[in-house]
Amino acid sequence: MGNTDRPLSPHLQVYKPQLTAVLSILHRATGVFLSIGSLLLVCWLAALAKGPESYATVQGLLGSGIGRTLLLAWVFALFYHLCNGMRHLFWDMGLGFDMDTVYASGRFVVVVAITLTLITFAMAYAIRGGLL
Amino acid sequence: MNMRAPLARVRGHGSAKSGAHHWWAQRLSAIALVPLFLWFVASLTVIATADYATAAKWVGSPYNSALLILLIGALFYHAQLGMQVVFEDYISTPWLQVASIILVRFLALLLAVVAIVAVLRIAWGG
Repeated sequence: MGNTDRPLSPHLQVYKPQLTAVLSILHRATGVFLSIGSLLLVCWLAALAKGPESYATVQGLLGSGIGRTLLLAWVFALFYHLCNGMRHLFWDMGLGFDMDTVYASGRFVVVVAITLTLITFAMAYAIRGGLL
Repeated sequence: MNMRAPLARVRGHGSAKSGAHHWWAQRLSAIALVPLFLWFVASLTVIATADYATAAKWVGSPYNSALLILLIGALFYHAQLGMQVVFEDYISTPWLQVASIILVRFLALLLAVVAIVAVLRIAWGG
């Protein structure tokens, strides 16, 4: 003790990025992003409650290029956080802790999240000609 | 021999018997949000481009408004629990950490109430 100049763990810059660590921080990042993104849901509902004009304004904003991009990011973040959250629930039950399984479930979660995002947008385009 | 620890020694170190509450509440709200969000995103693909009348009718239908209110409650509860952990891990200044947690709690409650009131107004044609 007493030496305050020592490097502190986890000392991230010396580590090569690994799938496990990247997915772990991505779970937090998507969680924070989704928390902020929940404002979208509140705005949409509030506008709908207020009346046709405010609803049209919000729909216009969500339908813009930025709006669509945000929605795509939001849907992917949601599916990633949901799938990886279920991976966490399995860990909570004490399952899937060996290294091979941890990597396999990590890859699986990324593939499923991307697939569900694509399915969502394909469905939206097929049904209504575009998600907003 | 007195087996009871002196209060001065144990204060701030002992179990408050609620250590697992945050963990458990986070898991419980997470489990609730899985089916709620699968339903919501599936509905969104249909409802997102709808005109005002269709969207209002969808939100206002009894099942949808009930599920939406459950989703809003679980969502903001879960978000607030998650943001709390992020603040506890990354904000090392004690007063700022507590202030951020208080702020995010109030904000989550405010947004949840606004969203639920909006759903009820739509449902009851306010």
